[in-house]
Order: sequence, then structure tokens, then C-alpha cells
Amino acid sequence: MSDQSQEVSGVPLLEVEHLTMRFGGLVAIGDLSFTAMREQITALIGPNGAGKTTVFNCLTGFYKPTEGRLTLHHPVKQEKFYLEQMDGFRIPQVAGVARTFQNIRLFGNMTVLENLLVAQHNNLMRASGFSIFGLLGLPNYKHSEAEAVELAKHWLNQVGLYNKADWNAGNLPYGDQRRLEIARAMCTRPQALCLDEPAAGLNPKETLEMNELFQHIKEVEKIGLLLIEHDMSMVMEVSDHVVVLDYGRKISDGTPEHVKNDPAVIRAYLGEEEDEELPPEVAQDMEGENA
Amino acid sequence: MEYFTQQLINGVTLGSIYGLIAIGYTMVYGIIGMINFAHGEVYMIGAFVSMITFLILTMIGGVWLPLALLAALIMAMLFTSIWGWTIERMAYRPLRGSFRLAPLISAIGMSIFLQNLVQVLQGARVKPMQALISGGFEIMEKDGFTVTISYLQIFIIILTIVLMTIFTLIINKTSLGRAQRATEQDRTMAALIGVNVDRTISTTFVMGAALAAVAGLMVTLYYGVIDFYIGFLAGMKAFTAAVLGGIGSLPGAMLGGLLIGLIEAFWSGYFTIEYKDVAAFSILVLVLIFRPTGLLGKPEIEKV
Repeated sequence: MSDQSQEVSGVPLLEVEHLTMRFGGLVAIGDLSFTAMREQITALIGPNGAGKTTVFNCLTGFYKPTEGRLTLHHPVKQEKFYLEQMDGFRIPQVAGVARTFQNIRLFGNMTVLENLLVAQHNNLMRASGFSIFGLLGLPNYKHSEAEAVELAKHWLNQVGLYNKADWNAGNLPYGDQRRLEIARAMCTRPQALCLDEPAAGLNPKETLEMNELFQHIKEVEKIGLLLIEHDMSMVMEVSDHVVVLDYGRKISDGTPEHVKNDPAVIRAYLGEEEDEELPPEVAQDMEGENA
Repeated sequence: MEYFTQQLINGVTLGSIYGLIAIGYTMVYGIIGMINFAHGEVYMIGAFVSMITFLILTMIGGVWLPLALLAALIMAMLFTSIWGWTIERMAYRPLRGSFRLAPLISAIGMSIFLQNLVQVLQGARVKPMQALISGGFEIMEKDGFTVTISYLQIFIIILTIVLMTIFTLIINKTSLGRAQRATEQDRTMAALIGVNVDRTISTTFVMGAALAAVAGLMVTLYYGVIDFYIGFLAGMKAFTAAVLGGIGSLPGAMLGGLLIGLIEAFWSGYFTIEYKDVAAFSILVLVLIFRPTGLLGKPEIEKV
């Protein structure tokens, strides 16, 4: 496994070490190790069922990994967080890992703006003295509420939804919902953003805009992005680092160019070259039929 | 007309009390999708705590009435809040993620436990208390029939309006309310954007319990007699109110409470008082048959 790996330089953000996830007898992820860097887009690719989403589920506390260590190096707090030991809600709150879903999960009955404000719930709760001061309208709370609205506005502008801030999120068109989900994740002020097939169901123009959004997040916000994607042209274009999984194991790791030419990857995607010779019994049967 | 007006006033007063309790049912249903059958008992505890507070204050000596009311209100809300939190923590949280009936059965167990606890601690006899607020306005008179609205009724109605306004504001405008609505719609997603879901659910229980305490205080003042069993019937009525308004909907609970109160008052006034409960519960049956989502409870509308 390691012989196909190629070192990628950068400042480590998220270290996955010997991650194993078993469901009964099924090994969904087996001994997976890779490092995602800061200010880079790390793509996780692999055939269907390779365990990509399971990796995300372990990172965000949906699953407790059977084995392994998931370390987040928080650049602002200068602290290490072991994600596999944290409660689900503390992973976004304290360690700063946010994610989006393959099937969109917005709060459909809330407005677009409210979706972005609820993502900043923790800051607001602290400032509002658990809503008591908020009701009294104390200046401290008003200030942080205004700040929260500012951040929400910023991201609405970034994803081009500013004019739809008062829409119910559930009524937005599909492409808008995808972008709103990313804006909501960004409003939690993450250090690592996990995107599960963000371009699924988007047309080529929207996919292109999505690429630009990721580049912007990488360069301006200076955070690390993890990307699961099936659209190979997108992966090769945006990512700095690609990790290829097959049946829960890493088969390749490196720059897009490295991975593209890795025979192990080609084998996983296109299948093994067929052995020309058939077993003798089969060959006999075939001949019998032809005769 | 005079008689009608009097029944209307009585009905609105009663409806306010039911509405306050119904909010607790509807909020808990909204956020975790279970009926908290111990909620009626929380209301009963609120009534007991406020009565005990009044008795202690009377023992100490004359306390200015508004201050006594405030003290009773705070004590009742404090105690029931602690109970609400504890009930959720002990009886429901361990069962979260288990099958749907488990917390329901646990709720019924909790309800029986609380009834018996109060029976043991306070005795089974009916507790009377002298009226603290008496008098009122005579607003109409005709043929020897006087329509009065007592100070107490005004107090109850105004306090209810104030509390319901505050609650609507909390749910719709504050960060806590947003977190509650988010938790209600998608609990896992709420956790993924950093909302402490367990704490949000606990807060919901505490809020519902605090409102039930206010209803308990009102009942103590209004009827002047309480016992360990009042929670059952009031709880069922409030539950009916929540279903009538559309369970999960906050304005629905208020409307449902008001309607149940009015139905009871008018039925007692114009028909037989013995059958007032039958009238209220018949409504539950009719609603469940003809409009299972309740008056305001469209599945898509805003809940909590």
C-alpha cells in the first residue's frame, strides 16, 4: 500500500491513522491512514461502496471507529483534538469540522437566513446568556446577533443567495440548496470542511461555479477541504491531493497526476485485464455448443 | 346575553390555564415526537409548591400580595423546572433511540410515580386554601344577573397573554428558539452544526415545566383546592387541547386550550355540568376522526 503512496507537502490539518470501521463481520474501512493538509483540497475517491462516506461519518462523530486515531490540528487554538473521542456536537463546535451531505439536509421549514444563523448558535448562546439577555435586548447580545447576521450575509453573497435570504430553505431550487448547505457549514467557522458529493445533480455550469467556490474557500478562508466526488474531471481539476479507496482500503495516495497514472487505480476502476485462456471444462463446453 | 358573557369570561380563564399546560405537551412532541404523560403531574407539583409557598409566607406574617405572588411563581417555576429536567434525564434520555413506545410507557410510569410521591409526602386529602385575591369588576347587570370579571380572572388572562407572547418570541426570534426548531426538524444535522441537542431537549422540558407551574399557581388561586390527583384530568384536557390545535404547533396549543376552556364553560352553563368532561373529550374523538392533524397542524407548518 505504502509503495504506491507519494508524499504530499503541506501543514497537516487532519491526520487519519489506522482507521478501521467494522460492522459485524463487514470491514467497511480497513487500516486507513492519510493526512489532509491545511489550505488544500483533499479528494477521497473510489468506486461505489469503497467506504468514502464511512470515513466522513467517522470524522464527524456519526460512527465511533472500531480502531484508529483521528487527529485534528487546530491552527487557531494550537491544540490537538482526537475526534474519535469527542461527542458528536462538540466536533463542529470545538474542533471545527463541518460537513455537508450527499442528500441535502437543510432545515426546510426555516428561512435561508435562519439556516445560517442556527449554524452560529453557540456563539450566540454564549453571548445571549442562554437567551435571557437576548430577550431583554441587551447590547452585548445585539452586537453578536448583528455579527452573526453579517457573517451570514457574507456567505449568502459568496454563494449568490443574498436575494433569497427570506425564502424557506425547502422551497429553493436544487442547486441553491446545495450551495446553501455549504454556506451553512462555513457559518460554523470550520477548520476542516467535509463535502460529500457536492456536485451531484448539478449541471456543468453549476459544477464550474462550485469549483470556484471551493478555490475561494481554500485561498481566502485558509482552511482544509475534504471532498468526496464521482466527477473525475472535477476532482482532477480542483484537488491538490487525492486518496483512492477500494473495498475500504487505500490503494493510492498522492497528487492528481500521480493517482491518474497509478496502475492500482486503473485496475480498481476499469477492472483487471482478463485472462484470455478459459478453464478447460468451460472451453470444452463452449466448443460443444459451437459444434 | 349577560349569561353568555359570563360564561365567555369563565371559559377564557379556564382556557388560559389549559393553554399553558398544552404548550408543554406540544413543545415536547414537536422536538422529540413523544407525548410526555408526566406533564400533568408537573403541573400538579407546581400547584403544590405554590400553595406551600403561600402557606409559609402567611406563617411568616403579612407579605405584600404582589410580592407573595411573585415568590410563589418563582418557587413553583424553579421546582417544576428541576422536575422537568430530572424527568427527561432519568426517564426519557436513556430510552432515546429505542422503539417509540418505550418512552411513552416510561412517561406513564413517571406519572404514576409522581402522583404517589406527592400522595405520600403531602397526604391524600384535598388541600384547601383561602382566597388571596377577591373582588372584581361588575361589567353588566340585567334582571338581577350580574356579570363579573374578578381581579383573579384578569390576572390569569393577562399573565397568560404575557407568557405566551414571551414564548412565541423565544421560539421565533432567539438563538435558542432557532436551535429548538432545527433540532425538531433534523436532530442529527443540528448536532453536526454544533447544536448541543441533549441540552436543547432538556431546555424544552424545562420551559414546558415552567409554564405548567404557572398553570398550577393559577389553579391554586382560582379554585382554592388541590389534591395529588388534579394532574391527571388537567393533563388529559391539555393534551386534548394540544391535539385539537394540532400537536406540535405552538399557536395551535394556545388556540386548542382556549377552545377546550370555552367548550367546558358553555357546556356547564347551558347543559349539564356533570357532562363537561364528556363534552371536552368528545371533541378529542371528533378531531381524531375528522381532522387528525388538528386545526393548525399542517405537517409542513412551523412546529415546536
